[in-house]
Amino acid sequence: MIENVEELIKAHEKLEREVYLDIENSSPVPEEVVEAMLPYFTTRGYGNPALTHKPGWEAYEAIMKAAQKIAKYAGAKTPEEIAFTPGETEANNLALIGAALASKAKRKKIVVSEIEPVTILHVAKMLEEKFGCKTVKIPVDAEGFINLENLEEAVDKETLIVSIAAVNPEIGTIQPIKEAAEIVKTRNPNTVFHTDFSDAYGKMKLDFSKTDIDLATISSYKILGPRGVGALYVKQGTKIEKIIEGQIATQKFWPGIENTPLIVGFAKASELTFTDLDKNIGHMRRLRDKLMNGLLSRVSDTLLNGPSGDKRAPDNVNISFLRCEGEALTIELSLKGVYVSSGSACTRRLLQPSHVLTAIGRRFEAAHGSILMKVTRLHTEEDIAYVLKVFPEAVQRIRKIVGSTVVS
Amino acid sequence: MSRVPLPYNQKVLELFRNPKNLGRMEDATVSAVAGNPMCGDMITFYLKIDDEEVIRKASFESYGCAANIATSSILTEMIKNKTLKQAWNVSWKKIVEEIGGLPSIKFHCGILAVGALRRAIRKYYEEKGYTPKWLPKELTFEEKQALEEEELAERLAKRMDGQQ
Repeated sequence: MIENVEELIKAHEKLEREVYLDIENSSPVPEEVVEAMLPYFTTRGYGNPALTHKPGWEAYEAIMKAAQKIAKYAGAKTPEEIAFTPGETEANNLALIGAALASKAKRKKIVVSEIEPVTILHVAKMLEEKFGCKTVKIPVDAEGFINLENLEEAVDKETLIVSIAAVNPEIGTIQPIKEAAEIVKTRNPNTVFHTDFSDAYGKMKLDFSKTDIDLATISSYKILGPRGVGALYVKQGTKIEKIIEGQIATQKFWPGIENTPLIVGFAKASELTFTDLDKNIGHMRRLRDKLMNGLLSRVSDTLLNGPSGDKRAPDNVNISFLRCEGEALTIELSLKGVYVSSGSACTRRLLQPSHVLTAIGRRFEAAHGSILMKVTRLHTEEDIAYVLKVFPEAVQRIRKIVGSTVVS
Repeated sequence: MSRVPLPYNQKVLELFRNPKNLGRMEDATVSAVAGNPMCGDMITFYLKIDDEEVIRKASFESYGCAANIATSSILTEMIKNKTLKQAWNVSWKKIVEEIGGLPSIKFHCGILAVGALRRAIRKYYEEKGYTPKWLPKELTFEEKQALEEEELAERLAKRMDGQQ
């Protein structure tokens, strides 16, 4: 199998340009961020931050400073409200399971939307099976928006936690998250309000302390920080418990020795994103529209998935190419140096395509042909021009193989 | 359960990039379809069959992943100049072997390709109005699999329509 992979990689030699747009699934880390991290592997702060020696104190200092920075950007009241975790999957698990443990399973209702990230839906399902919880999924409209009245109806005195992503990672829908949190808290002040903020952090402005949000997951790699680190914003007084056991650490919700270099990298990536945030958002939005409109006008039989304009995250492009299977298209594009992912069943290795796309009413065929792309502050006009150049020929070639097999 | 990576081999990649015998055949003696776009997996086979029941030309069109495209393409190569009986006896395992191996979760692509081919051969004899002795009356494993996939697609379609 390893030989196969070597050959696959070799097939990509002599590329004119490479454009990585699969930020949803992982990301490159810019040199500046790596440089900020390096000393913490080699020369300073390599100690355990909970211990009484210089390398330990250096680590503690670095972690505290990182928490201060992120708290400032997220609008948390204190750095103690930022709990580092090994990633957003872990932060989402901590939010839901942690709330269930803290409630001693007295309240059993979980409210989510139909298009929540897979992590949230899977954790909710686990809580149903193991804790006897019950999940209510509120529907979304054709652009992925929840209806606040449905949310209000779904929350009652039994509701343990509500989890709604501020930005849907697949189709970029920006939910009215502030209003949603308010409604939930008005209905039941004891209900914990969680938002997966991974695709919103660094893509919009929101001060958590000025909202009713109790818990918010933020991600490092989605702002070009390293993988393996994330955080859960835990508003002071929110009742959650840690979900794994181990040596007590400086991070009260995540036992084990802190990964100082990754936390430093996360903070550095945050700094680079939030310094000139408006400019960065404007840049992403410009490239997003260029990419989105360019593809919609150059390729026939397409559907835009999710809203457009200000209602959509500034980085997200998701388009269905009809009569074109997604996995085949991702490979064809890869061979041209454009790296994207698809909501097709094949790339997901599941029987069914993306639950988000089917929830907004896309037929399976359209979901199989969907391509998800995200631009970052570091992409350039030239990158997008290159994608627009090679993309139509890639679709055309795959559609030639499809021929008359599928008629749309 | 883990998510298996898909390290396609060189032969699969080559057939994906430059598929042999691609395209609709206008003068085909018979053609058949298997799979459903709802499953993201669908193949059409075209066969040109001579009076001796030998396949003179075979071509395909495919809506599916790289493995689907590659297995369909290699099957058209494998059955060229073969009698219908010989072509019938090509199993999905032989296709996987011929292509130099496939990730196990892609075996169904080979199965669907055989299902489509056998469907075309049955159709040929139905149109001719006779059944050779070697042709099994019962559907074979590969044909049943193709049918199952199509039925699944229909059930999904109904469920989706019910939701909307």
